[in-house]
Amino acid sequence: MNAIDQALDWLAQPDRWSWTAPAGIPYRTLEHLGFSALSLLISVVLAVPPALVLAHYRRGAFLASSAVNIGRAIPSFGLIILFWYLASRWEVDTSFWPLMLALVALALPPLFTNTYAGVVSVEPEAVDAARGIGHTEGQIMLRIELPLALPVILAGARVSFLQLIATVAIGAIVNDGGGLGRFIVDGFAQGAGGYGEILAGGFAVIVLALACEGVFALLERFAVPRGLTLSRRAALSTRPV
Amino acid sequence: MSEYVLAASDRPLFEWRWVERNADEIVQRLGEHLALTAAALAIGLVLSVALAVLSLRWRWFYAVSLGAAGALYVIPSLGAFALLVPFFGLSFTTAVIPLATYTLLILLRNIVTGIQQVPAEVREAAVGMGFTRLRLLTQVEFPLALPVVIAGLRVAAVTTIGLVTVTAMLGMGGLGFFIRQGIQTTTPNPTAIIVGIGLSIVLAVVVDALLWLSERALAPWARKAGRA
Repeated sequence: MNAIDQALDWLAQPDRWSWTAPAGIPYRTLEHLGFSALSLLISVVLAVPPALVLAHYRRGAFLASSAVNIGRAIPSFGLIILFWYLASRWEVDTSFWPLMLALVALALPPLFTNTYAGVVSVEPEAVDAARGIGHTEGQIMLRIELPLALPVILAGARVSFLQLIATVAIGAIVNDGGGLGRFIVDGFAQGAGGYGEILAGGFAVIVLALACEGVFALLERFAVPRGLTLSRRAALSTRPV
Repeated sequence: MSEYVLAASDRPLFEWRWVERNADEIVQRLGEHLALTAAALAIGLVLSVALAVLSLRWRWFYAVSLGAAGALYVIPSLGAFALLVPFFGLSFTTAVIPLATYTLLILLRNIVTGIQQVPAEVREAAVGMGFTRLRLLTQVEFPLALPVVIAGLRVAAVTTIGLVTVTAMLGMGGLGFFIRQGIQTTTPNPTAIIVGIGLSIVLAVVVDALLWLSERALAPWARKAGRA
C-alpha cells in the first residue's frame, strides 16, 4: 500500500473530522491557530509599545537592527525543548507555557524591528505638522506614527505569524498542544506504517500556512490608512524566517 | 502526553564533564550540521543563479519564479519534511530539499537586485570594449553585484543553520541530535540541550562573520554596502 492510499485510509478513520476529539483535523487546526494567534497577540503587546516609544525618541537603533539577526540564529527547535525541560524540572505545567514562551521569543524580534523601522520611516514633516498644531508626543505616537507605520508593522506580524505556524507544529515533539504537528510527530513514531498520517498531517499544516498567508494579505489591504495605500510600495524588504 | 518521564531532574544544568567525554561526537555532529548547511546553500545558490540569469532576460520569468519561491517559503519546515518522507524516507535528501528551497527567495531576489543596480554606464563601457553577453555577466555584472549577493547568502546561511536543528526530527545528525537526545534518554541531560543550542548559535555567528569577511576580501570597493 503506498503512502497516498495510506493517507486516504487515515483520513477516513472515525473522529478524523471531529471538532472536539483530539483525533480530529478540525480540532487540531483550531488548536494550532489558537497557539499561534495567542502567542502573536502576546508578542504584539510586548514588542510594539516599546519599539514605538524607542523609535519616536530615536533610541536603541542598534537593538532594532540586530534583533532580527539574533532571532534568526536561535534554533526554535532547541528553544522549545529547553523550555520544556526547564518547566518539567521546576514542576511547572508543561502542556502550555514552555511552548508559548518559545513562540513569543521567536515572534518578538521581527515585530520589534518592523515597528521600529516603520516609525523611523514616517516622514518628519508629518510629525512636525502634528507638533505644530499642538499634539503631545503621546498623541503623535498614537495618531500619526502608529497608523503610518502600520503597513510595515503588519508585514512584521505576517512574518512572525508564519514562523509561529511553523513552530507550533514542531512543538508537537514535546507537547500535546502541537496542533497539526501532532499527526506528523505521531506518524514519525510509527515508521513506515505512519507514512499516511505523516503525509496527511504535512499537507494539513501546509494548507493552514498558505491560508493564513492569504488572510494576512487581505488584512494588509484593509488595515492600511487609505492615503497610504496609494504610495505603498512593498513596505520594507522584510525577510521572513 | 507523558512520553518523556523525567527521572533524575536534579542533574546540574551544565556539566563540563559531559562535554569533555563527548568531544569526539560533538565534533562529528558539528561536521554533519555544516555538511547539511553547505549542501543546502550550494544547491540553493546554483538554482538561484540559473533562475536569476533567466529572470534578467525576461521580466515575466522573474515575477513567476519569485512568486514560486515565495510560496515555497511559506511552507512550514515540518510540513515540508512530512510531504517528502513518504517518498524519500528519513534521509539526507528529505532534509536537504526544503532547506535548499528556503534559500531560493532571498538568494534569487538579491542576485537579481544586485545585478540590476549595476550602473548603466559601466555596462555600456564593457559592451563598448567588446565584451560578449557572457563575459559581461561573469566579469562585470556579477562581481559588482557580489556585496548584495553575499548579504543574501549571509541571511540564508544563518536561517539554514537554525533550521538544520529541526532535521533531528528526521533522525538526521547535526546539532539537533543533542537537543533531542537531551530529553530522550532515561535521565534527561540539560547539558546536551544547551550544547546543541549554543553551538548552533555559535556556528551561525561564525559563518555569518566568515561570509562578511569574504565580502570584504572579494569586494573591497564596497565597504559601505552592508545590507545584511
